[in-house]
Amino acid sequence: MEYVNIFIKSIFIDNMIFAYFLGMCSYLAVSKTVKTGVGLGAAVIFVLGITVPINYLLENYVLKEGALVWLDADFADVDLSFLSFIMFIAVIASMVQLVEMAVEKYAPALYGALGIFLPLIAVNCSILGGSLFMQERQYANIAEATVFGLGSGVGWFLAIVAIAAIREKIRYSKVPAPLRGLGITFIITGLMGMAFMSFMGIEL
Amino acid sequence: MSETAETTAIVKEPKEPLFSSNNKRLLSDPLNDDNPITIQVLGICSALAITVQVKQAVVMSLSVLVVMIGANLIVSLLRNLIPSRVRIIVQLVIVAALVILVDQVLKAYMYDVSKQLSVFVGLIITNCIIMGRLEAFALANKPWPSFLDAVGNAAGYGWILIAVAVVRELFGSGKLYGFQVIPDAFYDFGYFNNGLMILPPMALITVGIIIWVQRSRNTKLIEEN
Repeated sequence: MEYVNIFIKSIFIDNMIFAYFLGMCSYLAVSKTVKTGVGLGAAVIFVLGITVPINYLLENYVLKEGALVWLDADFADVDLSFLSFIMFIAVIASMVQLVEMAVEKYAPALYGALGIFLPLIAVNCSILGGSLFMQERQYANIAEATVFGLGSGVGWFLAIVAIAAIREKIRYSKVPAPLRGLGITFIITGLMGMAFMSFMGIEL
Repeated sequence: MSETAETTAIVKEPKEPLFSSNNKRLLSDPLNDDNPITIQVLGICSALAITVQVKQAVVMSLSVLVVMIGANLIVSLLRNLIPSRVRIIVQLVIVAALVILVDQVLKAYMYDVSKQLSVFVGLIITNCIIMGRLEAFALANKPWPSFLDAVGNAAGYGWILIAVAVVRELFGSGKLYGFQVIPDAFYDFGYFNNGLMILPPMALITVGIIIWVQRSRNTKLIEEN
C-alpha cells in the first residue's frame, strides 16, 4: 500500500512539471508533436527509473554521514554529503550516454526524431531533481526510491503528452499574435497546473 | 531591479577600451531582445519555482551570476583542450564544482534562505542557461567576451526572476523583500491577499504575460505558430 501511495503521490500531487517546474526546458522545446513528446517522455521514465535507485545506493552507502561504516568502523563520522551534487550528476551523465547508445542501436528512427534532445536529458532538471528530492525526503528503502523515480517519470510523461496534444490542436485556433508559440504554452501549462492541484490531499 | 541598474552602470563606463560596440551588445541583448528566459527559453525550471518571495529570487540570481561567470571563464580558457566527445561531462563537472562552492557558502552564511531554496541550488547544475551559454558561446569565444556574455545572460535571467517575484509577493502576501508594503488600513476595509498568487501555476501565467507584453512591443519576435 505504501508503494502505491508513493507512486500516485509522485505522479499527480508532486508532479515534476506542475508542482516543481522541473524539466521545463525540454518540456517546452519538444512538445510540438505528440510523437516526439512520447519518445522523450519514455526516455525520461527510463532514465529516472535507473538513476534514482543508483543514487539512493550511493547516498546511503557512500555519501551520508556514517554511511561508510560497512567498510570500516573508523569511518563512522565521515560525512561526504557535500560531494553529492557531483556524484549524482556523474551517474546521470554516464547513464544518459548508455541510453543514447542503446537507442541509436536498437531504435534508429526514434534516435533521428529525438535528435539533440537525447543528450540533453543529462541536463534535464527533472532527472537531477528526482535524485535530490530522493535525498531530501529520506526514503526508507531502495524499493520506495525506485517507485518514486518511476512515478515522477510517469508524471512527466503524462504532462508532456498532454501539452503536445493541446499544442497540435491549438494550431487551428486564433491566438493573439504576440502570445503565439511560447506565450500561450506558458499560460496553458499554468491552467493545467491549477487542474492538477485538485489532486492535492489525496491519500490512498 | 538592482540587477538591471548594475549592468547599465557597467555599460556606460566610457574609459574602458574593452567595451567595443560588439561587447556592449553582448551585455545588453540578453536583457531584452535575446532574453534567456522569454526568447531563448533557457532556465525556466528554477525561474518559476523560487519566485514566491523577492529575497529568494535575489539570492538565486546572484548564485546563478557567480556560477555562470566562473563556468564561462573556465570553459572558455579550456576550450581548445576539451575533446568535443566528452564536453558535456566536462562542463557538468566544472559547473557542479562551482555549485558546490555556492551551496556551501549559502549554508554557512544564509542558512534560512538556503533551506527555502532546498533542491533548487543543486539544480543550478542542470540550469539550461548555464549549459546553453557554455555550448553556444564559451566553447567558441575568448575569455573576455565569454565573461560579458555570462554577466549579460545572468542579468537577463535575474530581472525576469525578480519581476515575477515582485508581482507574486506583492499580490500574494502584501510584502516586498519580507517587509509589509500594503498598509493595515487596507485590510481593515476588507482587502484580501490573493492566495492564488502563491501557488505554482501563477508563476507560469505571470511569465506568459511578460512574454505577451514583450512581444507586442517588439513585433519581430512573434513566432510563426
